[in-house]
Amino acid sequence: MKKEEVLSIIDKHRDQGDGLISVLEEIQTKYSYLPAEALKLVAERTGRSAVDVYSVATFYRSFSLKPRGKHLCLVCQGTACHVRGAPQVEKEFARQLQVQPGETTPDREFTLETVNCLGACALGPVVVMDGHYFSNVRTSRVKSILDKTRAGLDDAELKADLRDFVLTVSCPRCNHSLMDPHHPIDGSPSIKVTVATEGEHGWLRLSALYGSFTVESEFGIRTDAVVDFFCPHCHAVLKGASLCPLPQCRAPMVSMIVRAGGVVQICSRRGCKGHMLDLNGSGV
Amino acid sequence: MITLTINGLRVEVEQGTTVLEAARFLGFPIPTLCHMEGLSPYGACRLCVVEIGEGPKAKLVSSCTYPAEEGLRVRTASARVLRARKMVLELLLASCPQSKVIQDLASAHQVRQQRFRQEHEDCILCGLCVRMCEEQMMAKAIGFRGRGSTRSLGTPFDIKSEVCRLCGGCIYVCPACQLRCTYTEPDKAICGGCANLSPPCVEKERFDDMMCYMNPCVACEIVKD
Ligand code: SF4
Ligand code: SF4
Ligand code: SF4
Ligand code: FES
Repeated sequence: MKKEEVLSIIDKHRDQGDGLISVLEEIQTKYSYLPAEALKLVAERTGRSAVDVYSVATFYRSFSLKPRGKHLCLVCQGTACHVRGAPQVEKEFARQLQVQPGETTPDREFTLETVNCLGACALGPVVVMDGHYFSNVRTSRVKSILDKTRAGLDDAELKADLRDFVLTVSCPRCNHSLMDPHHPIDGSPSIKVTVATEGEHGWLRLSALYGSFTVESEFGIRTDAVVDFFCPHCHAVLKGASLCPLPQCRAPMVSMIVRAGGVVQICSRRGCKGHMLDLNGSGV
Repeated sequence: MITLTINGLRVEVEQGTTVLEAARFLGFPIPTLCHMEGLSPYGACRLCVVEIGEGPKAKLVSSCTYPAEEGLRVRTASARVLRARKMVLELLLASCPQSKVIQDLASAHQVRQQRFRQEHEDCILCGLCVRMCEEQMMAKAIGFRGRGSTRSLGTPFDIKSEVCRLCGGCIYVCPACQLRCTYTEPDKAICGGCANLSPPCVEKERFDDMMCYMNPCVACEIVKD
């Protein structure tokens, strides 16, 4: 840890008027954990007491005070995942990595952690490797998931993106189909969602053809505007955990469940072509 | 001024008064544990429950944090309140049966049994010490860490605090550990203080399992390490 780096992070967020959590998040992204000296610097520089900074850092599960490995493996242990066999999946990860949840492998490659719910219950058991979701995970898939992660998930994702086919998607919260057979786009049923941006609110239809960016919407959306997507049935926000992979964009991704298994994520910025597909079993 | 009714008696209080203060002004006793004059209300222990509202809308609230409202009808000793209070005490007793403060409260409120597994916690998370340290001692040396079942109390990083004033305020207010500090004053000790706890704090080795944040200890003049 370098003192200047931490100080510049703190100052940057102070200038932007951000709170404590943004500062801690960026420090954690940089060092993969929150070093004690960094927390002390944050307290000193922002005029907070060490107790307050430490309370916040220990309150949130996503912050870690211990160094984490290169890859973070999160196994969901929420109720839905639990009844579908998440404990066995967790044990299998622990066995293959030879660590207990909360620990990091001695070679600092993997950190195994459990979470209590990822909000993707219909996909359970869910495992998240470095922000990439794996659904319906069985113990037999654990090895290939680890191998794929070692090889680098981002490369695998790019290769998968070259395919061209039609998706059938549903809402990750209510699992209601988002397909609209009455208004086809590109010759197949479109995906219908509700969107809101810049004070306007209405429907949006997307092409279900993977790789096609044809959309129709109730109102005009300015190019580059970041749009909030909602499920038209349960009104849940369709927001994924990750940000757009394109470095110049970094808008939040919108995630939907693919009927055949897996998740598709598209960028919420109008005109941005960032998208990720993580099909159950494909390439794994 | 606000007019409210407590147990059928009308009382006028100033804006911002809590129900607890209004009830005490009228002389109605309400037991409290995490409330202390001079410290901001926190509402952690739920011992001060009272019933407000009428009929099916009646509900239990913590009087130490509930502000007096115009026309509010409060009952401080209805059957429902007494039942809830006893349950709170029984649960507190289960988590910290060694606390003299909780024992006395339980006995005063006719808690004659304790049906839950005893935990012997050394802290009930009432937050008195945190508020004492911050609001009266202006030190902010101790605070809460973590959350849920792993929430605990202590100094940041569990090491000796640089800002602790060694005032002993935190120990003085603590319902769970105040006994320990009467150890060297036998005339004030109720039951032998910390020597009676097992293991007594003088024998504890690690700083973080002592509920004493003073290092070195000035109250008892026992040198640790
Ligand atoms: S002894 Fe230290 S921790 Fe306790 S109240 Fe005083 S300053 Fe705070
Ligand atoms: S240490 Fe004592 S005063 Fe502090 S929160 Fe725990 S029980 Fe309350
Ligand atoms: S070390 Fe001293 S002050 Fe601290 S709890 Fe024990 S007897 Fe009390
Ligand atoms: S005294 Fe009111 S909640 Fe503790």
